[in-house]
Amino acid sequence: MKMTALDRVLLLLTGLLAAYQIVVGIDQLSTAPIIAYTIAFGVLLVAGLLLIILGFDVLDSPVVVIVSTIIPLALSLGLVWEHLASYRILYLIFTISGFLAVSLTRAIPMKNRERVSTITIAVVHGIAGMTIFLLPIILSAQGVMKSAFALVGIGGAIIGIGGLLLSFLKAGKPILSKNTILKVLPGLLLLMATCFVAGFKFG
Amino acid sequence: MSVQSPIKNQKSKIALYLPLIKSSQTGLLLATGIAGYLSAGTRIGLLTLLGMSFSLFLAISGSTIMNMWYDRDIDAKMKRTHKRSAASGELNQREVFWVGMIISVLGIGWALLIAPLFGLVVFAGWFFDVVVYTLWLKRRTAWSIVWGGISGAMPILAGRVLATGHIDLVGILLALAILFWIPTHTLTFSIKFREDYSNAGIPTFPSTYGDTFTRATIAISSALAALAIGWASVLIGISAGYLRLIAVLTAGLLLLAFATFRVQSEQINFGLFKYASLYMLSSMIILATKAF
Repeated sequence: MKMTALDRVLLLLTGLLAAYQIVVGIDQLSTAPIIAYTIAFGVLLVAGLLLIILGFDVLDSPVVVIVSTIIPLALSLGLVWEHLASYRILYLIFTISGFLAVSLTRAIPMKNRERVSTITIAVVHGIAGMTIFLLPIILSAQGVMKSAFALVGIGGAIIGIGGLLLSFLKAGKPILSKNTILKVLPGLLLLMATCFVAGFKFG
Repeated sequence: MSVQSPIKNQKSKIALYLPLIKSSQTGLLLATGIAGYLSAGTRIGLLTLLGMSFSLFLAISGSTIMNMWYDRDIDAKMKRTHKRSAASGELNQREVFWVGMIISVLGIGWALLIAPLFGLVVFAGWFFDVVVYTLWLKRRTAWSIVWGGISGAMPILAGRVLATGHIDLVGILLALAILFWIPTHTLTFSIKFREDYSNAGIPTFPSTYGDTFTRATIAISSALAALAIGWASVLIGISAGYLRLIAVLTAGLLLLAFATFRVQSEQINFGLFKYASLYMLSSMIILATKAF
């Protein structure tokens, strides 16, 4: 499907928001969350630029599944590191092993590879996605963070939807038609980036 | 028989000359010069900045027109370039030569008046491009791109020199960054248009050393460009946030460069070509933030 001018504008705005977040949005944090958020927003920025340059065809690459895992994993790690100090190491181990599991089950030939790979993606995305979705909302509800921080959770929900749509499409069991997914993807990415940036800034 | 008015004639002539200055390439090189100046973080002299920009614009445009004038015969043999007004014969060749020379002299002369060392660096860029690259080496060796690269590295060095008054390590690193970035740009181009270059008899890396060596060169030079930009950014004292942004953009460049090496795909090759330009423009904007 050909990318429209509007798609490119939406992706460019997404990239600019991600760049803003990398430059000024996370300055006040400690080293580990800074690294985690830089990775998450950095992948979002570079992915947006590559989509603008190469068009939607780039989504056909097998690397997309692995790359699209990095964003929720890194974001959720940053959140856990910042707000759930006692789970830091455990979640770091989950992040690294989750990433390796998604990469290896896609790369190594094995029996029932598609099935194993799909289950692995579902588990890893599920845990990371729920963390990004629930943690900010709970923290806001408890008054630990300002209510605007819940926007990060909404961003998490959007990234979860986007990730699911893309993963099932790649797995050959699309929830929506490819054309519909590609039509909504730039808008979803911009909405997600807006929620994250606003959530971090005003939360 | 229709008679065109003199104003219409002048307009159509300007329209024929405009493509000869390769506006995107000239704009990017000018951006590097401005970034080099602003990277010093010194007080911005608006008149100096304007003078620098115009003199650089004229010198770069002049050298590009001279390049087009001399290469009109090979441009005429290439699909991509045969419609250029110097190659297609729409413009008088003598006139093109003199326009190129006058613009060059104006640009370099203006630069020398602003500051002698700045003017010398601008002249070096013109000399490497017109004499060493275009007249001497382009038709003889694939390695001519190194000299084209050195020429392309001069605007950023010139900008830095104008701000600091001398050639410093940061200036050299910035120039090296451009020098190593240029193969990423030109070699991906020579892979994409290999038939064109072959028809014109221009030696290129793909035709001389093959695709694997060319793609390896692209990957290595991208890594070196990224290293030089990173090192210069640290020495300049760019803020941590902008350093993170440069690191992210660099990671994208390296990934694409190594993907080009591993997967021989026209699409990735073209992606790298585009991304490399975007990378350099973004890096220049980031370096320029030092001034504000």
